[in-house]
Amino acid sequence: MSVPGAWYLGLSVILFSIGALGVLVRRNVLVMFMCVELMLNAANLALVTFSRMLDDIGGQALVFFVLVVAAAEVVVGLGIVVAIFRRRRDTTADDLHVLKG
Amino acid sequence: MSLVARSLGAAGLIGSAARGTISIPHIDYLSILPELIMLGGAVLMLAASSLVRARMSPATATGWAVTTAGAALVASLVQWYEVGAHGPKVTVAGAVAFDGFSVLVTVLVSSATLVALLATHGWLGREQVHGPEMPVLMMVSATGAMLMGAANDLIVVFLGLEILSIALYVLAAFDHRREASGEAALKYFILGAFSSAVFVYGIAFVYGATGTSNIPQIADFLARNVLLHQGLLLAGLALLLVGFCFKIAAVPFHMWTPDVYQGSPSPVTGFMAAVAKIGGFAALLRVFVSSFGLLRADWQPAIWVIAAVTLLFGAVVALVQRDIKRMLAYSSINHAGFVLLGLEAATARGVSASLYYLFAYAFMALGSFAVVTFVGGQGDSRHDLGSYRGLGHRHPWLAASFTVLLLSQAGIPFTTGFLAKLSVVEAAASAHSVPLAAIAMVSAVVAAFFYLGVVRLMWSPAPAGSEIPAPVTASVTASAGGGEVAPAADAVSDPGGDPAGASDLPGDLGAAPSPVPAAAAIAIAICVGVTVVFGIVPAPLLDFAHKATLLIG
Repeated sequence: MSVPGAWYLGLSVILFSIGALGVLVRRNVLVMFMCVELMLNAANLALVTFSRMLDDIGGQALVFFVLVVAAAEVVVGLGIVVAIFRRRRDTTADDLHVLKG
Repeated sequence: MSLVARSLGAAGLIGSAARGTISIPHIDYLSILPELIMLGGAVLMLAASSLVRARMSPATATGWAVTTAGAALVASLVQWYEVGAHGPKVTVAGAVAFDGFSVLVTVLVSSATLVALLATHGWLGREQVHGPEMPVLMMVSATGAMLMGAANDLIVVFLGLEILSIALYVLAAFDHRREASGEAALKYFILGAFSSAVFVYGIAFVYGATGTSNIPQIADFLARNVLLHQGLLLAGLALLLVGFCFKIAAVPFHMWTPDVYQGSPSPVTGFMAAVAKIGGFAALLRVFVSSFGLLRADWQPAIWVIAAVTLLFGAVVALVQRDIKRMLAYSSINHAGFVLLGLEAATARGVSASLYYLFAYAFMALGSFAVVTFVGGQGDSRHDLGSYRGLGHRHPWLAASFTVLLLSQAGIPFTTGFLAKLSVVEAAASAHSVPLAAIAMVSAVVAAFFYLGVVRLMWSPAPAGSEIPAPVTASVTASAGGGEVAPAADAVSDPGGDPAGASDLPGDLGAAPSPVPAAAAIAIAICVGVTVVFGIVPAPLLDFAHKATLLIG
């Protein structure tokens, strides 16, 4: 059975939209992180699909860079979350209100 | 140039399959020397500090970091002569460009980092922050900005962006005693990660549409092919633009800026304002002008609108700010609009004007935030505009320097700020964007109000009954003064917060004002010097930016 490349692209667009929407509407910081990860992986899926469609290995090489960067980003992000929410009960972004004006 | 790189790469691949050996790309080490020095210095410093039992003192840490940044600056000046003598080229299998543009960005980033490190030194001592982490993170971040200027491939732009940003997220969170610092870091992180994901998705679309992520190869592809369906490419372009606009804080993707600038430790804010903006704009200019130059009819209107909104919004909202860091944040948004003016022109003249603007802006921002760092006092908390009342009597030299820097940001003649504004407006006008140039000038006039408001506040007499005004008295006088003070002076600090801040500061309330730390004084002097000297003798710097643009590979 063969699946058209466009289906993968469609899936990637759906995943990206879910991720983007999640960052914008969800208020739990950890869920927001996961949504960003979803967006990055949607981009990876698109890169791999294009790479197959174009018959060019370059796109798949790019995926590795994105994976590594995403991992580094999560490490730093979780570090910041732990540092902030050590003193709080839950990880809701709405509780952050020292800075406004 | 790019074709040569591509055919070399292909030949390497075929050769390796035939002989069973792997041919590695040629790396011209001189072209990445400043990056290597900066990163190497940072790694060595971390290694050394983990081998020695005692915590590294601020003096050692700053000394090491400043030496490294100085070495990177020297290396980038050597690069400048090399590019002038032998012309631009690409290296590391076409991933890194070595041309006038990349060298100018490297010179700018390494000198800005040097000044930022000096400005940080006083803060490190005052807040008793020992250890090498802060200078190390700044150096790593600076490496990312340099890489963004030299990137010749979209994925290298992405790597540079992330090296720059991830280090900055940590720097923003550095002051763990202030709750605001962590909050700023979290906001910066979430929006930064979001914009990076958008940026990567843009790379994927552009790759899908053109079959390559190499910047000159994209331009080649677009020059040789007429796309029947441009949708994918334009969607990719739009996503890339959104990613960049987050990084350079252009409206409507600016919402993180005031919070992050206010919450981060003051020296970090200065570094962020200068270096992150340089990196973002360097990559934006290269990608849009050199890769998508042929599509300028498609992206110019978008940039036009973004630039216009950014210019006006930044200037108008800054007027009502009561916190100096928030005010400077909106002023930096306004400055981003001016730099976009040069991009909108999409001519060599526009790019060179934008580069010159970045040069002028970097030193104005670094100097201003160095002053803010000092005035903030212990705990980094006195940032309401009331704290600046009477600064001219307590610290005449500091106030004079800040006055020069603010006047330059406002665009007063005989400063780099004036020439920078003049050159971008000129470039926009000569590219038939006269309405946009007019909007820019209107926004400059509006912006002048709040810069002059701070200047007036600094030189107005200290409140009666107190020789050295604490923020409390300053704010009380400001509110009592009511109508007659400048709009900026209406800034009444939060009365609940101030007594606590003042009680931490017995030294500042005494007879003699605390002296400006020597390193910070040097940093401010460098910024004022650059602003004034190149404002009066503009030829060398204008020439530098002009040549750098001509030498784009």
